[in-house]
Amino acid sequence: MNLKKKAYELRKDVVEMIYRTKNGHIGGDFSIMEILVDLYYKQMNITPENFKSDDHDHFVMSKGHAVEALYAVLADRGFFPKEDLKTFVSFGSKYIGHPINKVNGIEMNTGSLGHGLGVGVGMALAGKMDEKNYRVYVVMGDGEVAEGSVWEAAMAGSHYKLDNLTAFVDRNHLQISGTTEQVMNQKSQEARWAAFGWNVISVPGNDLDAIDNAVEIAKKVKGKPTIIIAHTVKGCGISFAENQIGWHHHIPNDEEYQTALKELDERGAQYE
Amino acid sequence: MNKIANKTIINNVLIEEAAKDKNIIVLCSDSRGSASLEPFSKEFPKQFVEVGIAEQNLVSIAAGLAVCGKKSFVFSPASFLSTRSVEQVKVDVAYSYTNVKLIGISGGVSYGNLGMTHQSPNDIAIMASTPGMRVYLPCDRFQTEKLIRTLLQDKAPAYVRIGRNAVADVYEEDNVPFELNKAVTIQEGSDVTIIACGEMVQYAKTAGEILKEKGISARVIDMYCVKPIDKEAIIKAAKETKLILTVEEHVKLGGLGAIVAQVAAQNAPIKVVSLGLPDEPAISGEPAQIFQYYGMDAQGIVKKISELLVYRC
Repeated sequence: MNLKKKAYELRKDVVEMIYRTKNGHIGGDFSIMEILVDLYYKQMNITPENFKSDDHDHFVMSKGHAVEALYAVLADRGFFPKEDLKTFVSFGSKYIGHPINKVNGIEMNTGSLGHGLGVGVGMALAGKMDEKNYRVYVVMGDGEVAEGSVWEAAMAGSHYKLDNLTAFVDRNHLQISGTTEQVMNQKSQEARWAAFGWNVISVPGNDLDAIDNAVEIAKKVKGKPTIIIAHTVKGCGISFAENQIGWHHHIPNDEEYQTALKELDERGAQYE
Repeated sequence: MNKIANKTIINNVLIEEAAKDKNIIVLCSDSRGSASLEPFSKEFPKQFVEVGIAEQNLVSIAAGLAVCGKKSFVFSPASFLSTRSVEQVKVDVAYSYTNVKLIGISGGVSYGNLGMTHQSPNDIAIMASTPGMRVYLPCDRFQTEKLIRTLLQDKAPAYVRIGRNAVADVYEEDNVPFELNKAVTIQEGSDVTIIACGEMVQYAKTAGEILKEKGISARVIDMYCVKPIDKEAIIKAAKETKLILTVEEHVKLGGLGAIVAQVAAQNAPIKVVSLGLPDEPAISGEPAQIFQYYGMDAQGIVKKISELLVYRC
């Protein structure tokens, strides 16, 4: 499977979802798409068949507002019919605007930021206790790491030497009110996590090969958890959305919608 | 006088059960001493998780463990567990419906002379108003044991609040009527009903006995299950007695009294009067002194009921 192209096809699913329902967080969905594709199509041992077992890998979408990207991936991986996503955020639908464990493939409800890493620490601890081989992955936003609870979890992750835990910071430099540096300085992510005792890997975050390489390295590191600082582009894939603060949760109009689909096709075609 | 605190009983039950079930995990936030968890942590170090002074992470980790099949028992002072970690309780435990049992130790005004930082005057209100969360306040060591053994059997979230010190036995070792989510009628009565929870039950029981000597027939109900509350017991009392007096180690807003009044008002309107902590930081002192000061102890309950009955005449 051509995963680089796949990442752009899935972005089209996200655009469809958001355009149709006038709801969603397109910028953050697009910055993490390569991370999700690498995890769900290549790295993680998690399928609709083994999801109810004790041995599959675990994933927590700590930046829950990027749920559209997760839904697109889970549907494509067969956790539920793609058709279901037509009910996204509609009255009574279980496909709400943040991850919820009523949806097949999702284990933890998120939305409020700063919870996912602690949950991931608990999952990784359980794996160590039971001597399981599964790994735990958590995706956080760079605005999110202003939450103090993230650093409580960071402490625990290194204290318990959780080398079965890999977390990502989606370092796209933007949050809802401005740049992270305007709102709350998040410079030196690498140094911060290193100081908390984590193995730190810094990668261009929309480069699938670089992400995959980082995840592979993380699997080999012993005695400490790994943080992958993914230097991403918010809105990656649509020229007029990239690095634009307003596209955190901008809803494309008719013209933007058509152009976005066209651009995503063109970007995807580069990898054919 | 009993000298075994309820937290010690919980520790003993978990030690017994953990030997049979490796999925029982105890977590604490530098609170192993205050929670009397030293024996558990020494006997089952692999089933014990210390998170340091980090109550938010305490609850998130417990939830993550639960997702992976563990039965998490979280111990932390009720003051911190119910407010510092309230969002983790709401999202990671109640909303995500994880198998996490939250044990709020040293609840209410157990730390009566340490200030409101260390007291939990509103934990019932917070926990009971959280969708999906159950709230239990057992009264003595025997009921605490029954409750914990029962909660070990289910996978739903729950909050259990206990006090710091040993409390007088309400029940007897071989006579502990217990059914989950059913109130216990300690004394039958037809004039008034006293409904209490947690450590206030001992005072309610004594008050019921004193009132009996005075010729007042008081029904005494132990409502250890504050949520889901035993509506049937409340409605029956509202229909069969003249007034209900509630007693709780909690502010009067949003606690046992408020819940009882709501059930009564909607089903069998009757006068409901609550005794509890004031809407201000409680006066400093030992718990017994504080209960006496606010008229929540046996004498206070008797006095209040006597006044109310005189007024009714």
